[in-house]
Amino acid sequence: MQFDKPATTNPIDRLKVVGKPIHRIDGELKTTGRAIYAYEWHDPNMRYAYGYPVGSAIAKGHVTSIDSVAANNAPGVLGVVTTLDVGDLQKGKLNTAKLFGGSEIQHYHQAVAVVVAETFEQARAAAHLVQVEYAPEKGRFDLRVELVNAGAPDPSTEPESSAGDFQTAFAAAPVTLDAEYTTPDQSHSMMEPHASIAAWNGDEVTIWTSSQMIDWWRTDLATTLGVDKEKVHLMSPFIGGGFGGKLFLRADAVLAAFAAKSVGRPVKVALPRPMMMNNTTHRPATIQRIRIGAEKDGRITAIAHESWSGDLLGGGPETAVMQTRLLYAGANRMTAMKLAVLDLPEGNAMRAPGEAPGLMALEIAIDEMAETLGMDPIAFRITNDTQVDPENPERPFSQRDLIGCLKLGATKFGWDEREKPATRREGDWMIGIGVAAAFRNNLVMPSGARVKLDRNGVVTVETDMTDIGTGSYTIIAQTAAEMMGVAMDKVAVHLGDSRFPVSAGSGGQFGANSATSGVYAACVKLREAVASKLGFNSADVVFDNGEARSGNRVIALAEAAGEDGLVGEDTMEWGDLTKTHQQSTFGAHFVEVGVDIATGETRIRRMLAVCAAGRILNPITARSQVIGAMTMGAGGALSEELAVDTRHGFFVNHDLAGYEVPVHADIPHQEVIFMDETDPYSSPMKAKGIGELGLCGVSAAIANAIYNATGVRVRHYPITLDKLIGGLPEVA
Amino acid sequence: MRSFSYERATSIEAALQAAARNVDARFIAGGTNLLDLMKLEIEKPSHLIDVNGLGLDTIEKSPEGGLRIGALVRNTDLAADETVRRDYGLLSRALVAGASGQLRNKATTAGNLLQRTRCPYFYDPNQACNKRQPGSGCSAFGGVTRQLGVIGVSEACLATQPSDMAVAMRALDAVVETRGASGAKRSIPIGDFHRLPGDTPHIETELEPGELITGVVLPPPVGGKQIYRKVRDRASYAFALVSVGAVIHPDGSGQVAVGGVAHKPWRVEDAETELSKGARAMSAVLMEGARPTEQNKFKISLVERTLEAVLKEARE
Ligand SMILES: Cc1cc2nc3c(=O)[nH]c(=O)nc-3n(C[C@H](O)[C@H](O)[C@H](O)COP(=O)(O)OP(=O)(O)OC[C@H]3O[C@@H](n4cnc5c(N)ncnc54)[C@H](O)[C@@H]3O)c2cc1C
Repeated sequence: MQFDKPATTNPIDRLKVVGKPIHRIDGELKTTGRAIYAYEWHDPNMRYAYGYPVGSAIAKGHVTSIDSVAANNAPGVLGVVTTLDVGDLQKGKLNTAKLFGGSEIQHYHQAVAVVVAETFEQARAAAHLVQVEYAPEKGRFDLRVELVNAGAPDPSTEPESSAGDFQTAFAAAPVTLDAEYTTPDQSHSMMEPHASIAAWNGDEVTIWTSSQMIDWWRTDLATTLGVDKEKVHLMSPFIGGGFGGKLFLRADAVLAAFAAKSVGRPVKVALPRPMMMNNTTHRPATIQRIRIGAEKDGRITAIAHESWSGDLLGGGPETAVMQTRLLYAGANRMTAMKLAVLDLPEGNAMRAPGEAPGLMALEIAIDEMAETLGMDPIAFRITNDTQVDPENPERPFSQRDLIGCLKLGATKFGWDEREKPATRREGDWMIGIGVAAAFRNNLVMPSGARVKLDRNGVVTVETDMTDIGTGSYTIIAQTAAEMMGVAMDKVAVHLGDSRFPVSAGSGGQFGANSATSGVYAACVKLREAVASKLGFNSADVVFDNGEARSGNRVIALAEAAGEDGLVGEDTMEWGDLTKTHQQSTFGAHFVEVGVDIATGETRIRRMLAVCAAGRILNPITARSQVIGAMTMGAGGALSEELAVDTRHGFFVNHDLAGYEVPVHADIPHQEVIFMDETDPYSSPMKAKGIGELGLCGVSAAIANAIYNATGVRVRHYPITLDKLIGGLPEVA
Repeated sequence: MRSFSYERATSIEAALQAAARNVDARFIAGGTNLLDLMKLEIEKPSHLIDVNGLGLDTIEKSPEGGLRIGALVRNTDLAADETVRRDYGLLSRALVAGASGQLRNKATTAGNLLQRTRCPYFYDPNQACNKRQPGSGCSAFGGVTRQLGVIGVSEACLATQPSDMAVAMRALDAVVETRGASGAKRSIPIGDFHRLPGDTPHIETELEPGELITGVVLPPPVGGKQIYRKVRDRASYAFALVSVGAVIHPDGSGQVAVGGVAHKPWRVEDAETELSKGARAMSAVLMEGARPTEQNKFKISLVERTLEAVLKEARE
């Protein structure tokens, strides 16, 4: 099905199942420990062996030799596969750094060997016996130092944009801001580590893994193994979080495949937690410069956003300027990204890539500008709202209710109680509130599904879509139930298997809207199949209550299916509505913090997000996405930073004791409000993404609240106490 | 983790003898620190002697009117003990500021005192560390040091001792009781128990090889306001950037120890005579000779400010 005209009324609009607060259909499996994650897959007929990875001890250079004699002779060891043994491998199309193979070392903890043994403990013990010799080379590890060498990234990333004449307008503006902001490298640090089991059967390999994107992994794994894609079968039914860290093929799958081949047994490989930060990908650090010029009445006349980031050779920039192209009005504007080569681990997508760090900077700048203008920051944002793409004013937004989010949030949160900076006190706590706009583009991806109707009237959906803890199982079941007019308990959903139609996968907040649209398309096919089997005119059949009705004929779906059942399969493809109309999601984040006047410790007191993101397919799973994202934003604002050792080129705090994500005590109170919206331009579901919107702007709202509490403006994340105490008053 | 043999000792003597037989052996109590380090092969004992069955898990009044805490008393039980909560509130507060509920249920008094540093370079076997591998150098020096020590540090080591409990015990003048390999009893004042790194940072305490901690004795209750203030980046489950354990008497005198700054709980008795002049005066003496890095020099003012807050709380 091609979606190239705005949606009109369709069966989803009945909202008998879609849009309802339905608990996760896989929830019970998860809360009772019966959901089978990659590493736990267990077939009693298989004799699994265990692989333990060895990571490079240097950041750049070459492996000159690997002595695995002692490891091979250790108890229980079945074999050792080294990067020199396998030689150069072809890199997956979507990987920047190679995952395994050859002597070159591109970053710290790059995999150099995998040790396979009868038990996990034996493999781990023997892994420490592998002796690797290196010829290290000098690397580039400090973004600040490499700025002078930063150049234009690949044109496909659209590194520059402009409209009007920024320089002249900025020079002429009566009120201006010119400031630098920085965001650090951040780690996905999802709960479930990267893990895979590989089992060969002749020249075919089956991989149980933890992947957000089945087809991307399958394609790149086939490339790296040098086998035909048809010979690779990938399964990833349950995933313990990803945040972008599992978008692209990872070393665990490659190592498991080579190890399994080498020992002739199925092999399990998980990345140990201390290897995850440096072996995989991370959100790259940015240095951002923002300039804004405005009239005294608050109208922005000039706005510029530049961002510098680094990556391995062949990598891309963190696209931190993207939202600035679209969020606020202003006739004269420019954005630019520059990329430096760094020999740190691969930088790549992490939840809301681009917008998350971009808004961390932009939404502080807006707060600062409002203050300079003597305006309320909400009023300043409303003054500069735009209903069209400001770089291409002929392109309207499909829908945009940023103002509604800000206004409703202000009322609910009690924004008018906000006082001047460093005014409000409760005992030793300096109290402040802050706001930031949330913005994230709504992306769509082709997405396929197969829907079967059987003789019991059960509807079974098969798609390679993944559920990374987001609720895909549930919203897909809701979509199929709505389309086929059956109850939720008559729908079964099977996900994450490369034998199923290729879907959007989970990423870029495109998963929910795209994948349910694919199921919609397949259901349309199945409805046609039912109609044609029954001799109904498909245009006027009503599917409801487990039955198909046409005129006064009513036939149960079970009967319609017959002994052989019926199948509908299709892929949703997208026309050019995303080009003619800018599709984005909007929101407003409100945060209240307390800052300890003595120690500068910041503790969040309450958070509110108001989101305008099209139709909310399920308010429970959507809320859970947003509160999770708000929590991630709290970590980003206050504690999360991969600390770079710029001499040796690695992230030093590479475990969960050193990389501090928020704990429960950091998140006392969260509230989420969804605006009642449908966006006919987005899809037949009229839904948009929500999972990343929830993160966009949170950290800046916290930063602005800290400023309001203390009067200390920090432009460098994370906002830890050492950046505040110098500006705090005497304790007594 | 290397393979190791394991035995459950059933008496103090048996535990001491087992340790004397094998220089590579370690005692294991709660295992919450030792096992983590063994998995990373930072600790590589060939033999573990489980001391959980030695009957050292009671809290009793000492003949002097203080409290004798068995080496195997769990952190949770010690923090919840009625006498501790009433007479040694500082200790109870320090304990519950540490780790998490699950860890405190396993962690023991002796194990907590002997927990090793959280320096990230110590934790990464690819990096040079004089503590892990004497003579290999200190890669923290010149590296990422925000969490690390600012006083009593050496060229060889910037690590801190991370225990919250030990800070409270230092302020309370606890004494560590041990039995040596020969069976001989020793009492080591807590101030002498942990060592500064010097050029032997791998030797962290006064314990001799094979020496067993049997308990910790607290002197008779000293009263006063007992406050533990732990400063950290997140609200829970994080080691202290700085912590202050203090007993402040109505006349303004008191005892103060600081955590997160040194290779041992940091206390300078001479500085306490400055207490009546306020936090600035006291911390000037307390932190005299500090050698912070660019990244952790904030700890100097943080100590002063935290102490100020503690003194304010004591006055309230
Ligand atoms: C995630 C995490 C967070 C933590 N956070 C904090 C925190 O915030 N604050 C804090 O203070 N601590 C914290 N800890 C550390 C925790 O307090 C220690 O791990 C615990 O106290 C160690 O006690 P244990 O009994 O488990 O020791 P074990 O691991 O059993 O032993 C530790 C050491 O003591 C030796 N030992 C044990 N008993 C004896 C004995 N009787 N005589 C001689 N030697 C002995 C062992 O040989 C070993 O070398 C944290 C730990 C973890 C894992």
